[in-house]
Amino acid sequence: MPADPKSEFILELENVSKYFGTVIALKDVTLRLRRGEVHCLLGDNGAGKSTLIKILAGCHRPSEGVFRVDGEPVVLRSPGDALDRGIATVYQDLALVPLMSVARNFFMGREPIRLLARWIRVFDRETAAQVATAKLSDMGIRVRDADQAVGTMSGGERQCLAIARAIHFGARVLILDEPTAALGVRQSANVLRLVGRARERGISVIFITHNVHHAYPVGDSFTLLNRGRSMGTFRKSEIGRDQVLDMMAGGLEMQKLMAEFGVRV
Amino acid sequence: MAATTEPDPRTGAAPGPADVSPEPARAVDGGDGSGPRAVETAASAAPGDERVRTLSTFHRVMGRPESASIAGAALVFAVFALTAGHSGMFALDGIVNWSTVAAYLGIVATGACLLMIAGEFDLSLGSMIGFSGMMAAIPPLFFGWPVWLSMILALGCAMALGWLNGQLVVRTGLPSFIVTLGFLFILRGLTLALSIIFANRTIVSGIGDLAAQDPVASFLFSGTFANPLFDWLGRHGVIATLDDGRPLVRGIPKVILWWAVIAAASSYRLTRTRFGNWIFAVGGDANAAKNVGVPVRRVKVALFMFTAFCAWTFAMLQICDVGSAAADRGLQKEFEAIIAAVIGGTLLTGGYGSVVGATFGALIFGVVQIGITYTNVNSDWFRVFLGMMLLVAVLFNNQVRKRVTEAR
Repeated sequence: MPADPKSEFILELENVSKYFGTVIALKDVTLRLRRGEVHCLLGDNGAGKSTLIKILAGCHRPSEGVFRVDGEPVVLRSPGDALDRGIATVYQDLALVPLMSVARNFFMGREPIRLLARWIRVFDRETAAQVATAKLSDMGIRVRDADQAVGTMSGGERQCLAIARAIHFGARVLILDEPTAALGVRQSANVLRLVGRARERGISVIFITHNVHHAYPVGDSFTLLNRGRSMGTFRKSEIGRDQVLDMMAGGLEMQKLMAEFGVRV
Repeated sequence: MAATTEPDPRTGAAPGPADVSPEPARAVDGGDGSGPRAVETAASAAPGDERVRTLSTFHRVMGRPESASIAGAALVFAVFALTAGHSGMFALDGIVNWSTVAAYLGIVATGACLLMIAGEFDLSLGSMIGFSGMMAAIPPLFFGWPVWLSMILALGCAMALGWLNGQLVVRTGLPSFIVTLGFLFILRGLTLALSIIFANRTIVSGIGDLAAQDPVASFLFSGTFANPLFDWLGRHGVIATLDDGRPLVRGIPKVILWWAVIAAASSYRLTRTRFGNWIFAVGGDANAAKNVGVPVRRVKVALFMFTAFCAWTFAMLQICDVGSAAADRGLQKEFEAIIAAVIGGTLLTGGYGSVVGATFGALIFGVVQIGITYTNVNSDWFRVFLGMMLLVAVLFNNQVRKRVTEAR
């Protein structure tokens, strides 16, 4: 296939498989991410979501199959490789240090530098604080004090901080690993709003979750994984929320559970 | 900075390809963050539910790692001013006395403090002092080396050992407590064994005189500085003089200058530079730091080497001052350094602390250790006091950590 920089898809996995010794973690999974869409990756525990993320993030290389970025086949050798191509992953642990301030966390590893007396390279704390505060307020998060420790922030705020950071550092593709898993209703709503805002800016998002109720409102298309295989990709117009739920292993389980308890479905 | 693909040094933002990047990250100058996107301005008002409260100035100040040790130092000064104010402890020679003790400890406490903030310990620090001193003293006395050359040899050995310590810790993932505990014994044993092999004794004297004749060693480590100033002050009757007119205190001991330079440079490095941010990141959460591209291993190894450098500096100053090297030098200094850092607000678990705090921790140490001899109190009580200080500091630090790390 000729490389086409204006490919409709920013990221494509085609018939990707991943084996760990005798374990088949992923088998013939195809995933295509359109530019500027929110693509939800749904699956219960053990469906292969984590393996898929790690392939997308450059941590693992697929055993079989093709990985394309902008229509061009690529081999990502490291997470840094993925970042260089604008693919940023926000893991569940968020890569934030609770004891450090918002500004220091925001720029951790990529500190802005100011020259003092022409040759002493110092950490530009003023710029760091200003940029971090401004970027967060762009995302609708108010930080009164950029010197506030991240440990004092709520889970939702931390998630938003990690996402805002990834966007600031040039993410074109944002991979969010269960961003709402540990959050309450209102904080989840804030994070989902933020995902929508990222899409408005033209950023493509892969949103990994096992919660259909979080995925459905914000998603444009849905790929369902079950036991290492893809059960297909659906546009939002093609599928309803209940169908998504049914297709996930969890959906059937929940129906059974409700039947057991005598709840009419 | 020439290449266009490099991150903008001001904001660190990667300049994404223009056609796909929806909005290049801008440097914030006007604070106008949302000009063309009216939709977002409306939305950004929504999450006002995330609660932020302003802390009182008192809480803010007490939340800084070094504030407790500064308060502690003030308290210690007040206590000694009351109990030993007339004993000469606060005369010039008394001040030089306790600040010299504080300075020696302060030098190694600075290294220990940075390493602890990065989440590691170096228990071999005390043994490194004995080892470096011996390595510097034996070649000039027994093989006729110039002192400066043997000092460089000792520095090379110390740095190599620091590197080895660091590599063992970062490569094996073993706790630095265990790895450096091994080196505590290895180095102490080596110092003893080597001094017996080469000198057939465990105290090697005479190095002080050789160092004083060596231009490099005497310039860097021997004696005092600012002597003309003190002579002048003595002549004009500002400070006490001996019978022959020379001032009682010849000048400021060089160890104090070293302490000031090392502590100031380290504090600057920690709080104002990129590397300093990495130190906090590595100690706060090494995995998170690695995931955002901080070279975790390089930072830790560099700090192990810096701690070794501090131990070497301590040893060079000591052999020039005392005039001899001994196999038991630096005994328990690793613990004293850690205590000074902890009193200074550094967390044992890493990720939090300050060099300023460690400096005041060392000052408390020096003032109490020397000050107690100016009072009527038996100096045996010094260790009791020290242990209690440590416990109080740890309890206090624990509170600070809880307050900072626990989400409300």
